[in-house]
Amino acid sequence: MTVLLLGVAGGVGAAARFLVDGLIRARLKTALPWGTILINVSGSLVLGFLAGLMMRGAASGSLYLVLGTGFLGGYTTFSTASLETIRLIQSGRTGLALINGVGSMAACVLAAAAGVGLSFLLP
Amino acid sequence: MTRNRAKRPVHLHWGFMGIVAAGGVLGALTRYGLGTVIPAPGAWPLPTLIINLSGALALGALLEGLSRRGPDVGSRRVLRLALGTGFLGAYTTYSTLAVDAVHLLAADAAPAAAGYLTASLLGGAAATTAGIWLGAWHHRLTAGARS
Repeated sequence: MTVLLLGVAGGVGAAARFLVDGLIRARLKTALPWGTILINVSGSLVLGFLAGLMMRGAASGSLYLVLGTGFLGGYTTFSTASLETIRLIQSGRTGLALINGVGSMAACVLAAAAGVGLSFLLP
Repeated sequence: MTRNRAKRPVHLHWGFMGIVAAGGVLGALTRYGLGTVIPAPGAWPLPTLIINLSGALALGALLEGLSRRGPDVGSRRVLRLALGTGFLGAYTTYSTLAVDAVHLLAADAAPAAAGYLTASLLGGAAATTAGIWLGAWHHRLTAGARS
């Protein structure tokens, strides 16, 4: 049952990414792919929060599987982020490619750590 | 009504969203399944790395192959949304990568975390580039066979 819900949550996460990326793309017509960056950073923050709750024993393993592995796993994406970095290199924007690759990776790790920290602030 | 629907951006179409979601269900289940099968030596997150690099390779090949076959309309768009945005988008993940790195850092395994992030970043770039090359190569091969 949990695995079934994990799959459905993954589909909802992918559709949410499609919608959020499309909305951001329509408003921010920049070379830097802000849609994917904001999706991955926000998803990392929430998964960090969930992981922190797990460490404290305040969240169940199946909640983590459905919301974390399912929804947030489907919402965030690595393949598109990597492709967008290569597209920036191909168009000669090496500086932006570095910002997109290294910068968004650093931002995601910091967001995940912040999420863990936030979960420990809860009473 | 019809005119209005035709002008609506792709991400606001229920049909396209359903296609992305369907691909996403399979992508998330495949990631979960592989995660239970691939070993994580010494808590090093090898499953996520293999999943992300293979997905990056496949997305590069898919998008390059599709764009070389023609504009993003009709069945090419459906394939891009189902396999690319849906399946491969949900198959690969960034949130687990970030949390894995935080777990390694919290376990005082900074060199392992640095190695994991570097392998993901450089491996992802190499896999995507290889995928794009494969997509272009396959297109040349099939285009040559047709002419």
